[in-house]
Amino acid sequence: MTSTIEPEIGKSRRRKEDERLITGRTRWTDNLTLPGMLHLAVLRSPFAHARIVSIDVTEAKSAPGVVAVFTGKDLDPESAIGMPCAWPITPDMKSPRRPILASDTVNFAGEGVAVVVARTAAEAHDALEAIDVEYAELPVVLGLENALADGAPLVHEDLGTNQNAVWVFDSADAGTGSSVEDAISHSEVVLKRRFRQQRLVPAFMEPRACVVDPTGSQLVMWSATQVPHILKTMTAATLGLPEHKVRVIAPDVGGGFGGKIAVLPEEMMATLIAQRLGKPVKWTESRSETMVAAHHGRDQIQDLTITANRDGTVTGLKVELLADMGAYLGLVGPGVPILGAFMFNAIYKFPAYHFVCTNVFTNTTLTDAYRGAGRPEATFGIERMMDELAVELGMDPMEIREKNWIRHEEFPFTTVAGLTYDSGDYEAATAKAKELFDYDGLRREQKERRESGDPVQLGIGISTFTEMCGLAPSRVLGSLDYAAGGWEHAEIRVLPTGKIEVITGASAHGQGHETAWSQIVADKLGVPFEDIEVIHGDTQSSHKGMDTYGSRSLVVGGIAVVKAADKVLAKAKPIAAHLMECSEDDLEFSAGEFSVKGTKVSTSIQDIAWAVFSAHNLPDGVEPSLDSSDTFDPENFSFPHGTHLCAAEVDTETGRVRLRSYVCVDDVGVAVNPLIVEGQVHGGLAQGIAQALFEEAVHDEGGTLTTGTFADYLLPSAVDLPSFTTDRTETPSTTNPLGAKGVGEAGTIASTPAVVNAVIDAVRHFGVNDIEMPLTPMRVWHAIQHGSAAAGGLGSEAGGGLGSIDATGGAQ
Amino acid sequence: MRITVTVDGTPCTDDVEPRTLLVHHLRERIGKVGTVVGCDTSNCGACTVHLDGHSVKSCSVLAVQADGCEVTTIEGLARDGELHPVQQAFHENHALQCGFCTPGMIMQSIDLLADDPDPDEQAVREGLEGNLCRCTGYQNIVRAVRDAAHRMRPAAGPEAGRLASDTASRVGAGGE
Repeated sequence: MTSTIEPEIGKSRRRKEDERLITGRTRWTDNLTLPGMLHLAVLRSPFAHARIVSIDVTEAKSAPGVVAVFTGKDLDPESAIGMPCAWPITPDMKSPRRPILASDTVNFAGEGVAVVVARTAAEAHDALEAIDVEYAELPVVLGLENALADGAPLVHEDLGTNQNAVWVFDSADAGTGSSVEDAISHSEVVLKRRFRQQRLVPAFMEPRACVVDPTGSQLVMWSATQVPHILKTMTAATLGLPEHKVRVIAPDVGGGFGGKIAVLPEEMMATLIAQRLGKPVKWTESRSETMVAAHHGRDQIQDLTITANRDGTVTGLKVELLADMGAYLGLVGPGVPILGAFMFNAIYKFPAYHFVCTNVFTNTTLTDAYRGAGRPEATFGIERMMDELAVELGMDPMEIREKNWIRHEEFPFTTVAGLTYDSGDYEAATAKAKELFDYDGLRREQKERRESGDPVQLGIGISTFTEMCGLAPSRVLGSLDYAAGGWEHAEIRVLPTGKIEVITGASAHGQGHETAWSQIVADKLGVPFEDIEVIHGDTQSSHKGMDTYGSRSLVVGGIAVVKAADKVLAKAKPIAAHLMECSEDDLEFSAGEFSVKGTKVSTSIQDIAWAVFSAHNLPDGVEPSLDSSDTFDPENFSFPHGTHLCAAEVDTETGRVRLRSYVCVDDVGVAVNPLIVEGQVHGGLAQGIAQALFEEAVHDEGGTLTTGTFADYLLPSAVDLPSFTTDRTETPSTTNPLGAKGVGEAGTIASTPAVVNAVIDAVRHFGVNDIEMPLTPMRVWHAIQHGSAAAGGLGSEAGGGLGSIDATGGAQ
Repeated sequence: MRITVTVDGTPCTDDVEPRTLLVHHLRERIGKVGTVVGCDTSNCGACTVHLDGHSVKSCSVLAVQADGCEVTTIEGLARDGELHPVQQAFHENHALQCGFCTPGMIMQSIDLLADDPDPDEQAVREGLEGNLCRCTGYQNIVRAVRDAAHRMRPAAGPEAGRLASDTASRVGAGGE
């Protein structure tokens, strides 16, 4: 009985997941209804900073359908620690306690102050109207620089400062490079720029939701979460529950992008209330709630100084960041900008590097992981800088990149930030991208349009990038003071009929794990793709795991699957030898069959599975099971890279930007499923382009989010985006047995600077050297009319003074 | 208020509050949870269904307005265990990732193809403007819709009949 012959890895398999998703038979958390289930609705503060004088819930309690109403005073004391932050980046990091429900002060608009429990969701929402809260408004602090100014109002009065933590890396101190101050003093060119990373909303399509059932022997929580395992542990820790009495299920989850990495106050409320009432409860948020209450991403000011010689050789990079944490610290929020510390030097051979990040509190929704988490911000900064340096030196922006990047023959290469890139071929990806893009032809057209004064100008944007993927090495995470490890777990169960169950700790939210993991196991064990079921997202069946974020699923979780499959074969081998009455040394394994070398005698994995099940004839002392499990904790990250090229047409009369073409060649190492890789790249590009052109979370001066719905927050639709030309090169990673590198974040990381570089390139001859994101028609038009400084000043604290060039060296 | 709505071929008579939105009626009373809610401003299109053959965002229709009408949801598309060509095309072209927007995308795509059986790329993009997706970047969705158009052409065999019957049940230009 021979199984698959054709290799599954590398095949563009259509996804197993699709069947239920295209027929509407999906298990979203909000679909769940349990007997006797009650519904929660959360009353949220309309003020960004206020003292709660009183809350009167009398009328709400007697509203139709209402079972109970809880305030912060009722619920919050049940957690000694408040909502958890798992990443204390410095020993003196200020970590204010975040309550489950605010009871004394509210610190951002959208923070919960009361929760209604009712028979229906509609009744619960109706009753919110009947709650009377008296607030005494407090001074609001918004904007990173405002928050650090002398005499600024304090988000947390008791901390005495809005400064959360300062984190520093210096290559001279670390022994990875020389001194940036020396480079600034001695280099021929010193260029400074300030860039702003606007605040973004992750905007997964499925709003967050949870259902908590307290009626069984274990408390069961269904949640639209990226991190069921972390959520289980954190629920136990936050509420003081015995961990073995908590089970978390992440059923189908409708997108995350980092936005569902948080442990939610609403999940804790639901747990406490379900326990108190002894009944299942459901909480599902509206989109407007998501916008104010789910964490945001990005929101940094970057002050960058790059130093170089006149021949274009870079000599140093200094990065000074301000990062907005919002009103409290998210689960991994403080660490997000720190991840960028390792990526600002990107693919370039900087001899000197200094990075300092100051995390800041403001009266806004907290920030936390968002697709790429720290690395898109860093890549934007350095790729914009390389363009600016090219202009300063009169070089082609591609030429200056080629002059400074790590060459193929130089891998493995240890960067000035201390990371060792295992493999890469920037030359190959770039050559392929340039060919697909017609780089030289577009440059010619750009010149013609400029000379003819065409009202529609053409710009070319480049982003040659790498990222650190596979967020795992536990020792590295430990050295960065992250509280947890980064390993991943897998189990393979071989059923009596030879079918396979694969249990993974990497819980998926749309990436196609069920398909890719099946391909891996089909190849490893030689069983048909269709005979494999992948189980994930339930801490009962998948009892160990670190979940999905940071493009870690395949390059950490997938490798755990490989290791577990190797163990299955190791257990099968002595049984095969016993069944065929030969020595193990005489056996070879291929395509699901153990065969005796030089003969046609063979036995399949399926045969062995049945032999194990019947256990009639097993070697002495052999466990009657092929089931195996393993964990993988890699020694190093993986480093996908690529070259992204964007051609943008800018209507100089209206400021409208049209992306004429977008070409990217990504190197994600070995692609297990090229179709899924391509899809991930497309989606990533859309999100990165959206940061460049469309999206921004904006607060008014009182701290109210004015982009609080999809009517105001411009998530691009199909008409807003072009078709992309994507291709791949394949330089296998040397740090894992699949040679895979990860792809989930690549498109988002690379595309934002490619688009902005293209737009700036199109209008640079109008004296423009920066435009603040998103590049709305108004901002682009304004830049064309008045140059960059004026363009940057459009209603933003970070806007003024963009783009000062100091080519004389030295002074800052 | 007592209403009767025929949902995916089955008449359902219920008492509903006048304020109940069709999407909530479908999900909470009739159990058609394949239709989902993604926003509260009628921007995302995740809840798109067909009402008497036209695509509507079921969050912008009151249940009482659907009284006496036929509603088709994503759960009613496949017939006799066979996927609708648009469903099949979404699968073949990897036009979904998390899948949350997918029911609405598919329902809107069917309406779009009924209006224009052979749309070019721009026409597909414009036809799907009211449906948001955060995962795919739309490229594979556009490809799927155009692929479905080919599958449903008269020469394409039995599947094409599906489109013909869907189209015949429509009156005037559909959707929003």
